[in-house]
Amino acid sequence: MKLEKVFGLSSVLCLSAMPLAAQETNQVEQLRKQLQQLKENYEKSQQQQRDQIDALKKQIDALGQSQTAAPVVESKGWSPSQAITVGRGGSAYMNVSFDALMDVGGSTARDPSARLQLGDHDPIQRGFSLRNAEIALDGAVDPYFKGFANIVFKLEKDQSTEVELEETYLQSVALPANLQLKAGQFFANFGRQNPQHPHTWAFVDQPLVLSRAFGPDGLRNIGGQLSWLLPAPFYTEAFLGVFNGQGGTAFSFRNPDGNHGRTPVDRGLRGPGDLLYVPRIASSFDLTDQQTLVVGTSAGFGPNDTGPHSRTEIYGADVYWKWKSPKAMAGFPFVSVQAEALYERFGAGEDVTAALPLPAENLRDWGFYSQVLWGIKSRWVAGLRGEFVTGNDGAFDASDVFRGERTRISPNMTWYPSEFSKIRLQYNYDHGQLFGDEHSVWMQVEFLLGSHAAHKF
Amino acid sequence: MNKVSPFLVVCALIFLAPAAQAKLEVVATTPDFGSIATEIGGSRASVTTLAKPTEDPHFVDAKPSFIVKLNRADTVVEGGAELEIGWLPALLDQSRNPRLAPGAPGRISCSEGISLVEIPATLDRSRGDIHAAGNPHYMTDPLNAKIVAEHIANAFCQLDPKSCDTYRANLRKFTEELESKSAEWEKVLAPFKGQRVVAYHDTWPYFARRFGLNIDVFLEPKPGIPPTPVHLAEVISRMKAEHIHVILVEPYQNRKTAEAVAADTAATVVDVAQFPGGVKGTEKGYIELMDYLVNSVAKALSEGKK
Repeated sequence: MKLEKVFGLSSVLCLSAMPLAAQETNQVEQLRKQLQQLKENYEKSQQQQRDQIDALKKQIDALGQSQTAAPVVESKGWSPSQAITVGRGGSAYMNVSFDALMDVGGSTARDPSARLQLGDHDPIQRGFSLRNAEIALDGAVDPYFKGFANIVFKLEKDQSTEVELEETYLQSVALPANLQLKAGQFFANFGRQNPQHPHTWAFVDQPLVLSRAFGPDGLRNIGGQLSWLLPAPFYTEAFLGVFNGQGGTAFSFRNPDGNHGRTPVDRGLRGPGDLLYVPRIASSFDLTDQQTLVVGTSAGFGPNDTGPHSRTEIYGADVYWKWKSPKAMAGFPFVSVQAEALYERFGAGEDVTAALPLPAENLRDWGFYSQVLWGIKSRWVAGLRGEFVTGNDGAFDASDVFRGERTRISPNMTWYPSEFSKIRLQYNYDHGQLFGDEHSVWMQVEFLLGSHAAHKF
Repeated sequence: MNKVSPFLVVCALIFLAPAAQAKLEVVATTPDFGSIATEIGGSRASVTTLAKPTEDPHFVDAKPSFIVKLNRADTVVEGGAELEIGWLPALLDQSRNPRLAPGAPGRISCSEGISLVEIPATLDRSRGDIHAAGNPHYMTDPLNAKIVAEHIANAFCQLDPKSCDTYRANLRKFTEELESKSAEWEKVLAPFKGQRVVAYHDTWPYFARRFGLNIDVFLEPKPGIPPTPVHLAEVISRMKAEHIHVILVEPYQNRKTAEAVAADTAATVVDVAQFPGGVKGTEKGYIELMDYLVNSVAKALSEGKK
C-alpha cells in the first residue's frame, strides 16, 4: 500500500514535470533566439561604428593631407642622421640643453693665459681650447618653485677635464608683494655681464674689469637672493643677495688665493657680518618704441682673507641701450651699447711673515669696459669693445697679474648660421704696464642642442 | 576751513582710482590677439599689445617694461604653440604674477582648441627652425579667429563675470561680422582655387587651406634659414614652369630678395602681414587685415591671369 502510494506519487510528479521540461526547452529556445538577435544587433552596430570610424579616419587623413603643405611631416623610423630628442618643451618635466664653446687662435704672448686672458672661459693657449661645455637643466619644480642647474666642463691644458657645478638654484614663482626668492649656488646679480653665461657674451673673453674684481670665474657663490619689483610706472627692481662669499668664485672676498701677496688667514664665518652682501637696483625706460635703456647700480660688501678684520667693497654702475628696427627680422638689424664701470677698495691686512713685510693698506682698483654691437643684417653682428683697468695704489707687486694698468681694444665679427650656432672672429690689442703690447686673434665656435631658453633683455 | 587738503584729494584719488577703472587689464602678445581681445573686451577691458605688428613675432625683445605690464595684468592672451617661446617665458618668470601662471584662468593660450598643422613627426633642427607643436601662424584662417574669439570671451567671462553679458554680446557681434565677411572672402578667392603662390616664410598654411590656395613654395630653403642663390634659382625655375606669379612678403622679410625673384619671373610682390597694422590700412583690426589680405592676393592673382 505504502509502496503503491509512493509509485503513484512519483509518477504524478514525473508526469507533471514533463510539460514543465517542455516549457523550459521552449524558454531556452526563446532565450537563444533573443541572444542570437542581440548578438546580431551588437555585431551590426559594431560594424556600423567601425564603418563610421573608418570614414572619419579617412576624412582626417584627407584633411591632414590637404593641410600639410611642407614636407616636414614624415614618420619614418629613426635614422642615425637624425637628432635624438631627449626632452621637448611642454612634453617633459625638464628642459635639457647642451652648449659648447670652442676657441682656436694665436697670440704674440707665448702663454696667453698667464697675463692676457684672465677669464676662466677665455681661450687659454695658442691653438685650440675648449673652456665651456655646459649642460643646463631647468623646469617647474611644483606650483611654487622653478629649478635650474648648470654643470660646466672645461678642458685643461693637459687635456684633463674640470667639472664645476656652476649654478644650481630654485626660484620662487608665487611669493606675494612682487617678491621673488632665489636660493642655491648662482651668479650674483652684480652689473650686467656677471650673471650672464659665457655663451651669451658678445665677445670671446671676459671683460678685464670683471676678471679683476670677481676673478676668473665671475662672482658666484652659495646663498640666497630676494628681489622686489617696485610698484613704479617704469621697470625698477631691487635685489639683495647674501652669500657665503668664500673661495675662488668670491675672488675679492674670503678667498685663500687672491690676496695680493698676503698670506691668507683662516678667519671662518663668525656671524652675519662675515657674509657677502650684494645689493643691486636696476631701472629701464623705453625711450621710444625702438629704443630701450637699462641702468643699474650694484655693490658687494664682505670680508676678505688678508686679516681677521679686513674687508672689501666693490661698487659698480652699468648701462645698456638698444635700438632695434621696427621691421626686425629674427632680431636684426639692431645697435646696442653696453658699458660697466667698477671700483674696488680692497682693505688688505698687514702681513709681517712675507719676505718683504706688507703693511695694512687699502688697494684701490677701478676700470670699465664699453662695447658697441651692430647687428648689420640678418645673422651678422659687428662688435667693438674698449677696456681700461688700473690699480696702482699701495705696494704694487709686479707679479700680480690682477693689478696694474691695462688697456684692451677688441673688434670682432660674429656670424650666426642659426639661433643655435655661431662663429666669431676677434682681434685683441693688449697694452699692459706689465707686458707692453700683445696681439691675439681668436675664433670661437658655439653650438647648442636641446631646448632653447628664452632670452632676457 | 572748507578748503580741502590737497593731501586728502591725492589719497582719495589713490583709493578711488582702482574702483573707477576696474577694467580688465589684458596683455596680448601679438596684435592679432590684441585686436580680438579689444573686440571682445570692448569698453570693459584695457588691452596692451607687446609685439609690434611689423616685427618678427618669434624674435621680440623681452624689454623690462613688458615685465611691468605683465606684473599688473589680469590676463595674458598668448598664441602658444611655441610662437613666443623665445621671449615670453623669461618675462612671465620675472613678472611674478600668479594670475598668469600656467593653468590659471588668466593665462589664455589661444592655440588650445585649434587643430594645428605641420606637426613634425621628428624633432630635428637640421630641417631648420621647426615648431614642435605645429605651425603657430594659425590666425590667418578666419575660422580659427572665431575659435579664438570664443576662447577669449569664455576666459573673460570667467575672470570678470559681472561684464560677461557685454563680452558675450561683443562676441556675437564680432562672430556675425566675421561669418558674413568669411563668406565674402571665400567668394573673392573662389576663382583662384588650386593656384600656387610663393611666400618668403611658411606663415600661410592656414590661409591657403581655408581659401583653397597652394602656398607651399618658399624663398627660404628651410624655415628660418635665409634664401640662398641655389634655392632661389630652383624657386625661379619652378615659378616659370608652373606659371606662379604671386610672391607674399611680410614687413620684416627681405623685400629685395622677393623683388629680384619677381623681376626674373614677371611676378607680383604682394605686401602682406599676419598682424593688424603690419601693412597700411589694416590698423583697425583683424577683419580689416583679412579684408586686405584676401583682396590684395585676389588682385595679384587676377592680374597674373591676363
